[in-house]
Amino acid sequence: MTTELAVAPEAAEPLVPGAPPPAPLTLDFWRGIADDNPVMIQMLGLCPTMAISNQVSNGLGMGAATIFVLVCSSFIISVLRKIIPNEVRLATYILIIATFVTVADLVMQAYFPVLSKTLGPFVPLIVVNCIILGRAEAFAGKVGPLRAVADGLGQGLGFMLALLIMCAFREVVGSGMFLGHPLFGPNYEPQIFMIMPPGGFLTMGLMFLAMGWWGERKKARLAEAIA
Amino acid sequence: MSGHEHGSAPAPMVEGAEVSSVRLLATLAIFGALAGAILAYTYGKTLPAIEKFAGEKVEAAVREVLRDPARLDTLYLVKDKLSRTRPAGVAVGDATKMFIGLDANGARTGVAVEEAAPGFAADVKLMVGFDPATGALIGFKVLAQTETPGLGDKIEKDTTFAPRFNGKVAPIKGTKNATTDASTVQTITGATISSKAVIKVINKAVATWQPRLAAFVKEGGQ
Repeated sequence: MTTELAVAPEAAEPLVPGAPPPAPLTLDFWRGIADDNPVMIQMLGLCPTMAISNQVSNGLGMGAATIFVLVCSSFIISVLRKIIPNEVRLATYILIIATFVTVADLVMQAYFPVLSKTLGPFVPLIVVNCIILGRAEAFAGKVGPLRAVADGLGQGLGFMLALLIMCAFREVVGSGMFLGHPLFGPNYEPQIFMIMPPGGFLTMGLMFLAMGWWGERKKARLAEAIA
Repeated sequence: MSGHEHGSAPAPMVEGAEVSSVRLLATLAIFGALAGAILAYTYGKTLPAIEKFAGEKVEAAVREVLRDPARLDTLYLVKDKLSRTRPAGVAVGDATKMFIGLDANGARTGVAVEEAAPGFAADVKLMVGFDPATGALIGFKVLAQTETPGLGDKIEKDTTFAPRFNGKVAPIKGTKNATTDASTVQTITGATISSKAVIKVINKAVATWQPRLAAFVKEGGQ
């Protein structure tokens, strides 16, 4: 380990290929929520988004569990980035992520059993949620711990935001409820297909459409401002 | 995966650093050991809470289907026979059990067992409470089901469905029309398969467990 530090004495931070450019922490944080949202812009983590987004409570639980895993694993990976040899980094990242996921799963089973019952089959899948490995590889493994945590928190919240948008829409239309509370009178006939897989695809398409429209409008305004 | 990578692999983290395969192996071994230690610790810490909750859930279901008996008694299934003692080496949560409801005088009011049968999607798992003398159903509770939301899941969510079974004598049959027959139950419109799964589970529970209890009592079991 000491030999490595001696290799590049001129730079305080060794040159890491493909490292993200320096940025303030607030920018690292906000990027994941808006401009680089993992679901809506990067199109990562679509599988869990589709599978659990038919109830707002599911979105909250899945979002919280993912934020926990993302922040913890980003921090550990960033701290250990100089110790982990490049050749085995992916195996090590997955090991770290899987450990945090299992811890989160056990803690949920023990202290939030109802939530754990609904999320049950999906929690172990956080291990292979590409957002987490993606952030480890693209960001946390190349920057300092503070930036990695800011990024993990931002990306996690961005994931949760996308989940909640889908959950709220599907639960309100598909069950006539929000967080389990009935919204409309007894005469409302719930559109059951919205809480089933086809409704998931439809909602996701509508969400991407809205995001695309918003992005185009922003671009047009920018062009107008320049002209 | 081999530790050796070819020219197309990304450059090492620190330019010019040579990493020996011993270090690669050591890194993975150390991380593996650490992960194992953390998991073992968390598992040990959370296990009591997880088991306590599972036990409470089962007991609540038993009390519900037996209409809150004064006292509960448990028999274990060992080699297809009921026994008072738990089979060696089996955790409480893993043993197959029959719960017996007793009134204040110690008389048997009913028995409850867990049974499952395939529904429309996957297995429908119920806690079934019945009178072992007559085979009449006392009540049932859905423990696990993945039936279609809004249709098949009415077996759990439609509060008018479970009461249709009260007092019905197994083997039960299903029908699409309202009925007052002692062994026939009206199925849910649009969820015939899920309703029939419930009937199947109840019939199976009574048919398998009634003889088991009879054999246990005949051999002098209390």
